[in-house]
Amino acid sequence: MKIAYFTERPYRWVDEEVVLKNKAFFAVPNTHFDRKKGSDDYNHYLDEACYAEEQGFDAVCLNEHHGNPFCMGNVLNVEAAILARITKKVKIVLIGNPLPVIKHPLRMAEELAEIDLISRGRLVTGWVRGAGSEQYFNNANPAYNREMFNEAHDFIIQAWTKPGPWRYEGKHFHYRHVNPWALPFQEPHPQMWIPGVLSPETVLWCADHAYPYIGLGTSLGPTCDLWDFYAEQAAQNGYQAGSENFGYLVPTFLADTEEKAQELGRGFVYGGGQNAFSAPQYTLPPGYNSKGAIRNLAKQPGGSWLGVNREKMAGGDDAPAPKTTNYDEVRQKLVKGFEKGQRNLQLLIGTPKSVIPKIKQILDVIRPGTLTFFAVQGPVGNEDRLRSMQLLGEHVIPEIREYSQKIGLKDPFERKTGSVKLTHGTKRAPVVDREALKHFKFEA
Amino acid sequence: MANVTEKSEKLAGSELAIIRGGSGKPLLMLHDELGFPGWMEWNEALAGDRQFIIPRQPGFDKSPRIDWIRSYRDLGGYYAQVLRELKLGQVDVVAFSAGAYIAAEMAASNPDVFGHMALVGPMGLRPTEGVIADFIAMSMRTHLRSTVADPFNTPEFLKIYGGEMTPEQFENFEDARAETARIGWEPFMFNPSLPHLLQGTASIKTALVWGTKDNFTPRGCVEAYQKAIPSAKLIEIKNAGHRPEIEKSGEFVAALKQFLAS
Repeated sequence: MKIAYFTERPYRWVDEEVVLKNKAFFAVPNTHFDRKKGSDDYNHYLDEACYAEEQGFDAVCLNEHHGNPFCMGNVLNVEAAILARITKKVKIVLIGNPLPVIKHPLRMAEELAEIDLISRGRLVTGWVRGAGSEQYFNNANPAYNREMFNEAHDFIIQAWTKPGPWRYEGKHFHYRHVNPWALPFQEPHPQMWIPGVLSPETVLWCADHAYPYIGLGTSLGPTCDLWDFYAEQAAQNGYQAGSENFGYLVPTFLADTEEKAQELGRGFVYGGGQNAFSAPQYTLPPGYNSKGAIRNLAKQPGGSWLGVNREKMAGGDDAPAPKTTNYDEVRQKLVKGFEKGQRNLQLLIGTPKSVIPKIKQILDVIRPGTLTFFAVQGPVGNEDRLRSMQLLGEHVIPEIREYSQKIGLKDPFERKTGSVKLTHGTKRAPVVDREALKHFKFEA
Repeated sequence: MANVTEKSEKLAGSELAIIRGGSGKPLLMLHDELGFPGWMEWNEALAGDRQFIIPRQPGFDKSPRIDWIRSYRDLGGYYAQVLRELKLGQVDVVAFSAGAYIAAEMAASNPDVFGHMALVGPMGLRPTEGVIADFIAMSMRTHLRSTVADPFNTPEFLKIYGGEMTPEQFENFEDARAETARIGWEPFMFNPSLPHLLQGTASIKTALVWGTKDNFTPRGCVEAYQKAIPSAKLIEIKNAGHRPEIEKSGEFVAALKQFLAS
């Protein structure tokens, strides 16, 4: 098993009420950005990655978002390039570069090759479509998101593997002269891991390419369903999926006492947490979702064109939004979500003693080959963040590593994805343990 | 009530749903970026002496998306071919919002295609001032409400959008927005070369219809058209928003009838 460290690199100095009033992190005005504090944060997060290496993590993960204080990783390749030089052993895992948003796959191929070369082959490059809000921020046409993702991905593979120079005339990208001089250190190219939050189309695409799929803190039940879905498609494609095909990321915060962990762990719901990443109109831009996904959304009950029913409208009652909001009440609701997240094992908060058994339960059910600990959000100080990492490194990682070996979890470096062939008509082996899942009582 | 029919036809290499209603000289109607809203009072008022021909834009409702159409200019070219195959000769057109963008592209390519061209709250040109509302970045509710000046006192608007949405309506709405994003994303709902190409369209009798409370296409939109087509007549509908045809139906019909008879 590979154990990784991930942080969104949150900007920790915006007052929570600013985010709550905006009802989302995306589109918080950048007048709230303090350059000195931002500079300190960027440097601290690079130091954190080095500290993760010291603490025995196998990998550090980076992502990117745009236009919000939730994640300061705006150009993740910049950070990856620095880490390539200042770390020595850890894999640098990108989850991932938003291909349709960047819109320049040749440049992407060159940047990643440089990073892989500087790191001497430690890059794991992943791809994402980019969240809905990224399409707005980068003026990337959401109706072509999936097409551009697929074309950019295929082009990059070719740029790394097909001897140049050659000319490329695609649908969305056109290059007169493809001949990137620097090719990745790893032959033919770095591994690719694909993060997701339960999009069936992405899972199918991963299974077709035998790419590891990384579930981003998804609920265990639906995660099992989707991994079975992956394994079925893999079987259709003639291979047996295993732990090497799956990874899992789980928000985790440790402290020396349960009380302190609970107090600071609430940073995960600061400003509304992940659920407040962007407002609905930015989350689902038109054309971004597949026709099937839209059809499912359309079946949700209670839809009204104008947000109020015909009766109210006919009476002229526009049901105006309240002018004042009680933010203490809002916070109380968030805390309830924080507690429920812990009961559903989607948030791991506590001491090593209380958290280790929960991690083992997760591993038992979904059997991932990689496990990523997502560090706390919100205004948690450097010292407490580092202490959480230290507790993970000293107490959790050794025990989890041993346990993963005991239950046979192999990562994609130990066993190549797609390498276990399955002859047509042979029944595939299970990839999740549904008996272990039955021990949980999940709350909706 | 006019006899209104809808039929899918194979035209210019693709299936296209066309709504027809009324009788008399053909009048092409190009609907807006949300699709054909239904047969409204203004349609009925004109249907006595005009036959409406209303194609549902490819990608909207029953008309399948056409993959090669990637811009409003492409779409205009497709519709031009449709008109040729329908053998309508020169027709009059009334076109709304993004539909007006299509009509302008068609006119710019071939000024003989239209006799009269009424562009209502037209998109397609960079406004001389202000910006075309970014309706793609609005919630459904905000989008719809901002198309009319007074949503709760516009009965026909409530008739279309006042109630619960069916799953089919939701899907059609999202399809329409997706197709509009696909072909109009950048620059958003205008074509920088269009004003230059419109300079050859003086032979088309053109009216620009604009509600004085239109927040969607600001006054700068019609001013841009006036600059490109100096002979165009401006018809202002006071206190109407982006849908004067249902907000001030009587005034709209009177003005349109007068224009089409000119």
